[in-house]
Amino acid sequence: MCGIIGVIDRTMARMDGSSIKEALSLMDERGSGEGAGYVAYGIYPDYADCYAIHVFFDNLLEPKTRVDEILKQWGKIIHQEEIPTYEQPGLKKEHISWRYFFKPFADQKVGTTNPDDDNVKQLVMDINGNVEGALVFSSGINLGVFKASGWPEDVANFFRIEDYKGYIWLAHNRYPTNTAGWWGGAHPFNLLDWSVVHNGEITSYGTNRRYVEGHGYQCTMLTDTEVVAYLFDLLGRRHGMPPEMVVEALAPPFWDVIDQMPEKEEEFMRTMRLTYGSALMNGPFAIVVATKDGIVGFTDRIKLRPLIVGENGPRLYISSEEAAIRTMDPDVESIYMPRAGEPVIGRVIE
Amino acid sequence: MSLGSVPLKYKISIDRDQCMKCMRCVDNCSYGVYRIEDDKILIDSRKCTACHRCISMCPRDAINLKERPVDYRSHPLWTVEAREDVINQARTGKIILAGMGNSVDYPIIFDRLLLDACQVTNPSIDPLREPMELRTYIGKKPSKLEFTKNNGDIDLKTKLSPNLKLDTPIMIGHMSYGAISLPAQLSIAKAVAKTGTFMGTGEGGMHEAIYPYQDHSIVQIASGRFGVDIDYLERGAAIEIKVGQGAKPGIGGHLPGEKVCADVSCTRMIPLGSDAISPAPHHDIYSIEDLAQLVRSLKEATNWEKPVFVKIAAVHNVAAIAAGIAKSSADAVVIDGFKGGTGAAPKVFRDNVGIPIEAAIAAVDQKLNDQGIRNEVSIIASGGIRNSGDLAKSIALGADAIYIGTAALIALGCRVCGNCYRGLCPWGIATQRPELVSRIDSDVGAENVANLIHGWTLELSELMGAAGLNSIESLRGNRERLRGYMLDQGLLDVLQIESMGA
Repeated sequence: MCGIIGVIDRTMARMDGSSIKEALSLMDERGSGEGAGYVAYGIYPDYADCYAIHVFFDNLLEPKTRVDEILKQWGKIIHQEEIPTYEQPGLKKEHISWRYFFKPFADQKVGTTNPDDDNVKQLVMDINGNVEGALVFSSGINLGVFKASGWPEDVANFFRIEDYKGYIWLAHNRYPTNTAGWWGGAHPFNLLDWSVVHNGEITSYGTNRRYVEGHGYQCTMLTDTEVVAYLFDLLGRRHGMPPEMVVEALAPPFWDVIDQMPEKEEEFMRTMRLTYGSALMNGPFAIVVATKDGIVGFTDRIKLRPLIVGENGPRLYISSEEAAIRTMDPDVESIYMPRAGEPVIGRVIE
Repeated sequence: MSLGSVPLKYKISIDRDQCMKCMRCVDNCSYGVYRIEDDKILIDSRKCTACHRCISMCPRDAINLKERPVDYRSHPLWTVEAREDVINQARTGKIILAGMGNSVDYPIIFDRLLLDACQVTNPSIDPLREPMELRTYIGKKPSKLEFTKNNGDIDLKTKLSPNLKLDTPIMIGHMSYGAISLPAQLSIAKAVAKTGTFMGTGEGGMHEAIYPYQDHSIVQIASGRFGVDIDYLERGAAIEIKVGQGAKPGIGGHLPGEKVCADVSCTRMIPLGSDAISPAPHHDIYSIEDLAQLVRSLKEATNWEKPVFVKIAAVHNVAAIAAGIAKSSADAVVIDGFKGGTGAAPKVFRDNVGIPIEAAIAAVDQKLNDQGIRNEVSIIASGGIRNSGDLAKSIALGADAIYIGTAALIALGCRVCGNCYRGLCPWGIATQRPELVSRIDSDVGAENVANLIHGWTLELSELMGAAGLNSIESLRGNRERLRGYMLDQGLLDVLQIESMGA
């Protein structure tokens, strides 16, 4: 059991983190005080063309030296600093949170249509797989993840998320079962532009994990959620699929339904299922994924976890609980429950 | 100096109070154990194979069978079998033949693997109330979806290669007409048609009785090329090139002339009564590129309309070989483990050569995944799969589907006596003698085999539901849902699973 909430302002008007903190804290009974986190898009306008690389360091000696070396080898560090934090009585500071604003060298990667992203993906995999005492937990452009072990309000206050303003926010209140509440295990999970919050358990994790590992990803965070970020990266970015299609691949209709479809649709879905059978996600889950262009929420194919949607003008909310949405926006207009596997998509209007 | 006789393997006795002298045992035993003399049923236990035909036909349960009624001096190294094999070869100077699968007491890895179920944190799924998808497609898959976007519309560019659509991931492996009888093969054909799956024809051509079920059959091409012509290729739903067999990797096959009756000779396209000898290698496949050529030739001959499988025995280097096959135009790799059955194999091969299917699946799945091509080709596993537990474990280790052989024969009556090569099968399965063959009614046989497939399918659905999975794709290669029960670290590493409790 976990609590999730996400919001997008489709006009890209930026919201500070205070209201999502209230909303997430309202769902404390869905968590256990062992992990909470937030991600916001559009928070670094001063470095809008840099990859914002957030790292948990065990110390600033050897691990940081190695990370500096790797980053300098693959690109240029425009700016770096410790992420400001503010001590909270209920939160034990286990890592030093650091951020780099980074520009990869464009000419170092061959055989790819997107050398920058592939460059950063590779160095994230490299650091997380090989550098003891360092964990990259956020690596996108103009976005940042803030997470730790603790209750949502403590984590929010620790990072003072009200100081950040973003047009997309996702937040997660964790009740960990699979892995102990360590900072890296808190949600959101992020890779490049993809961030994921997830309530549930992916029973197909072993299959999904092998699939992404066969395509150059390494699962290093001991939890099933990171695989969702990698699946979105593989299907969405590398295979160029729009988010609706990614959701169709991850939570496809049942064969009984496909068999009844008109010929062209049937062929499309059959081809999709045959191609991406190993990406199909099973088990109870409700997930919200964000990119700079929007958010998408969806559940497993038989909706074993709750997901509620609310709208108010340009704002679209997706959450585990209606009360959380109403806390965030008392004037919310329409509230509805999407069907199992149905993608809920909020796109920015350029 | 004579070697003398070895003790009886089995001792048959009749409870004379129970026996009503109905003579069913006398009529049913094709090995000649029973005879009637002066109104008394006499027994020659030495001829008994423990096929149980008499026991199953006795209306009074009057017959009893005891294995090894005579003790040898026990010895851990010089087992009874070791001693008797030496005596046998001292007499004959020949290779010892054996039927059915490996009979050495190797540990069974399947029995050291444990499946998972959901509790609390994720709900199990009730297959009676929720959809449960076992549909399996066997064949080449695209590595990614190609499409074009036109004003928000998505147009699919990817065209799928032909795939076999299975309603359940259980197929019946290749047992040729010749090795088994026509009614046995027909029973299997009817059963797979009923259950929405497929059977292998074996290397023996296709008898016209099977034609009505040809859409559910996979035609095999082995090194003898028996029964192969364009008509045969076109009849099959898929084509399989058999390179090797788990029970006898590295050697060919031999169907004794006694089994080559008129019908078998026509179907195989060989002279009546002649031995059908399949050479060890295919004489047009001396390398992986030769295999790739044959795969393409077969596809070309059949208009690229049929998937082509390649079957190999699970040998030590099975993973690399399978990767080579996957890179040809082949649509599926069939791996046959060293516990796989056979009509006849040299005992030394059957019992010593190759590796178990569990390790082979894991190694092949891993190698293909490392090379990023696992999804593009199907893996069919066979060789010693006994029940739905073994089936679920095979899929969790990485197989797409399985072939069963022995289990299907047991569903037709076989009691695994292991004398298939003698052509006297009292159950009418591994024989061509008209009076024995007629013992199988293919409608009844089909029902029994279909029942077995159906039963396993139900059990697989329950196992998947309990594990919180509602589609078979999510079980495939899902080694997180397996644990090892007292397996050593080396094997855990190969299988890439954790120990129980971990």
